[in-house]
Amino acid sequence: MRALLDRLFPARAMREIGVLGMNGRNINYISRYNSRQLYPLVDDKLKTKQLALEHGVTTPELIGVISAQHDVRRIAELVKGHDGFCIKPAKGSGGKGILVVARVEDGRFFRTNGTEIPLIDLQRHLSNVLAGLFSLGGAPDVAIIEALIRPDEVFRDYSYAGVPDIRVVVFQGVPVMAMVRLSCAASNGKANLHQGAVGVGLAMDTGRAVCAVQRNRPVFIHPDTGHPLDGLVIPHWHALLELSCACADMTGLGYLGVDLVMDRERGPMLLELNARPGLAIQMANGTGLLPRLRRVEAEPRIVKAGVRERAAFAARHFGTRPAAIAAVA
Amino acid sequence: MKRPNRTAFFLLVAALLGAGAFLTWYRHVTFEVPFLPGERRQVWSVEAQIDFIAMGEAVTASLAVPGSQPGFELIGEHTASPGYGLAFVENNGARRAEWSIRRAEGRQTLYYRADMMVDPETLEDKVGVPPPIRQVVRDGGPQATAAAQLLQNAEARSANPYTLARELIHEFNQETQTARLLEQEKPRGEWLVELLNQAGVAARVVLALELEDGRRRQSPVQVLQVFDGERYALFNIRSGRQGQRANLLLWEYQSGSLLDVVGGRNSEVNFAMILQEVPINRMLEAGVLPAAQHFLDFSIHSLPLSEQTLFKGILLIPVGVLIVCFMRIFVGLRTSGTFMPVLIALAFIQTSLVTGLVGFLLVVAAGLMIRSYLSKLNLLLVARISTVIISVIIIIAAFSVLSFQLGLTEGLKITFFPMIILAWTIERMSILWEEEGPKEVLVQGGGSLFVALIAYVAMSHPVVRHLTFNFLGLQLVMLALLLVLGNYTGYRLSEFRRFRPLVERG
Repeated sequence: MRALLDRLFPARAMREIGVLGMNGRNINYISRYNSRQLYPLVDDKLKTKQLALEHGVTTPELIGVISAQHDVRRIAELVKGHDGFCIKPAKGSGGKGILVVARVEDGRFFRTNGTEIPLIDLQRHLSNVLAGLFSLGGAPDVAIIEALIRPDEVFRDYSYAGVPDIRVVVFQGVPVMAMVRLSCAASNGKANLHQGAVGVGLAMDTGRAVCAVQRNRPVFIHPDTGHPLDGLVIPHWHALLELSCACADMTGLGYLGVDLVMDRERGPMLLELNARPGLAIQMANGTGLLPRLRRVEAEPRIVKAGVRERAAFAARHFGTRPAAIAAVA
Repeated sequence: MKRPNRTAFFLLVAALLGAGAFLTWYRHVTFEVPFLPGERRQVWSVEAQIDFIAMGEAVTASLAVPGSQPGFELIGEHTASPGYGLAFVENNGARRAEWSIRRAEGRQTLYYRADMMVDPETLEDKVGVPPPIRQVVRDGGPQATAAAQLLQNAEARSANPYTLARELIHEFNQETQTARLLEQEKPRGEWLVELLNQAGVAARVVLALELEDGRRRQSPVQVLQVFDGERYALFNIRSGRQGQRANLLLWEYQSGSLLDVVGGRNSEVNFAMILQEVPINRMLEAGVLPAAQHFLDFSIHSLPLSEQTLFKGILLIPVGVLIVCFMRIFVGLRTSGTFMPVLIALAFIQTSLVTGLVGFLLVVAAGLMIRSYLSKLNLLLVARISTVIISVIIIIAAFSVLSFQLGLTEGLKITFFPMIILAWTIERMSILWEEEGPKEVLVQGGGSLFVALIAYVAMSHPVVRHLTFNFLGLQLVMLALLLVLGNYTGYRLSEFRRFRPLVERG
């Protein structure tokens, strides 16, 4: 009877691994460590960008902002001279409303998958953004036009029609867990796990892949390129850890998801911040968040330490043996 | 870094639970309200609200009031009329309540409430005295000929007084020309009585109320009362349908007026009614429903009936809200729009389940089709949603007309759905469809409907209705439950599925 219950409702096993659930995250971490008044800093990508600028954190190049309906007509003019760009709602969440134009040729626009997107559709998308279709609660919004990111060469074999981004969960200034999200055909070039992207957990000491999932199931090779995932190592890992610490410091949020990208020329850049980071990172890492969060909570000293020290703390304590993938592959 | 004060929180929860339990217990003990709707009789409380504008002089208002009748026993009457003198006058079988005051000015409101116990045993009983049969002799003229023709046709197809009445009404509906000619002289009801009398059948036009729980602002309907010896049947004078006696309360049955006001103008009467379940033992003790309200009686039974009927619905909402919270926090079901399921469930209560479900699915499906065209038109968001709202109204109107033409009067209930909610549902589903595909629409739409169904089952359950309406203290208990639920940090049921790979790998 007991065994059957444990099989049906594996609460005990999940507690042993330290899986953080949605309710636990909301009550014990988000509402306790993230003060409401700081949310706008991360919910509005424009504010995040300004903040990053003040703190010397690199972000993708801003081409322009469209904030009024009558400016929507100016989009073609605005992006002139750029051979690719991306439109983002400033207050969008979960990757909603992001439109990537990978190529501009003679005033014609093409998506990442090569299909043309007519100017009128581009303008409709902008009006939708302004009307608040993608923002939380439908509040009026502005559209940010950013230059495209050229992903680091490392990712060439691990990515299909999109930019891989690195999510680091930073707790009280200490990076506790990280994964890289690889877009693939199944996710339509999007790097969101619930849309079918591949999530690869990373060892905090080396930036090496430890384990990977797609749609909650383990995977060992990239579904489109066929490249084994265990060889993936994120370059400049320590710079990246320190950057994520710095991002947490500039917002003041205690439980934060930092999304970073590796640009070929400009190195690690801040893509966006998330005050309610999801739980899928645990699936990608094959382990729970709770032991790491409790480790940080048990050490109030490290919370007040400098960026370098905190990054080192993360590397020392949260490095995982790169065994899970290698064993099978 | 702020750690909420747990002690204060649990004290608050305990206080709410304590207060809720005490109020519930107090009401149970002091007022002998049972916890379960057990051995009880149904009592219809019907309240007449009289409004008029007094003209600054002496005012007399006289309202016809009902008495015990087959199927219903009058067990109590209450009036509320500040400053007015009141007398009950009985005049050969017709009872009237008469209010009077020396001087009144401005808007006046008088209340009269009758508590009628449903008594199925007397439903088939004999009735007292049928009205006298008056035979009018008409000396020719087109109307007399036409009326005689109608009567002759009806008589040929009938066997007894009841079938005669039914066929007569049928004749009136069929021979529209003749009917119009006759109705130029006097209303149909009077004609029916006259013709029935001519055929030797006693009949009269009475005012009756159609009883339906929780109705407000109702008007009495004219009903033809046809006697067969000492029994009678009731007929709708328009459709000819024989009325369900259990659902029709005769309010005025001496062919008199419903309300006379002297010294006032713009007078009107509105009726509100509510069905209560009263334990037999309490009725035996008190004889009537308790009229006096105690200070500590935190019940809404001290309010006028029309407000009570409102509250009967409102007090159910916390039950639905609690279910939604439980489903989201404990089970982890995704619904589109946080409390949309509660609103859908409320609509289901009004429409009845199957009609509501079919109607809801039809409207949303039709709306999604229209919306998929709208998304090609490149409209601004606000304009698009407004368009969807108007489309929803048109769809609802079309379905109502269609179902009525097909003879499905149930379909008319579709209008009970809140249109703005429907429009937003369609808009959200459509965006969901475009962004995440039809599967997510099914997951979230299905989730919402599932929660709505559970909320509907709970909110329409007799025990739940009885408890929420009679024990206001339970609202505090539900509040406490919600507070506790809001602090649940454990896993959701859906997370057992989600994180299962983690467990199996480790």
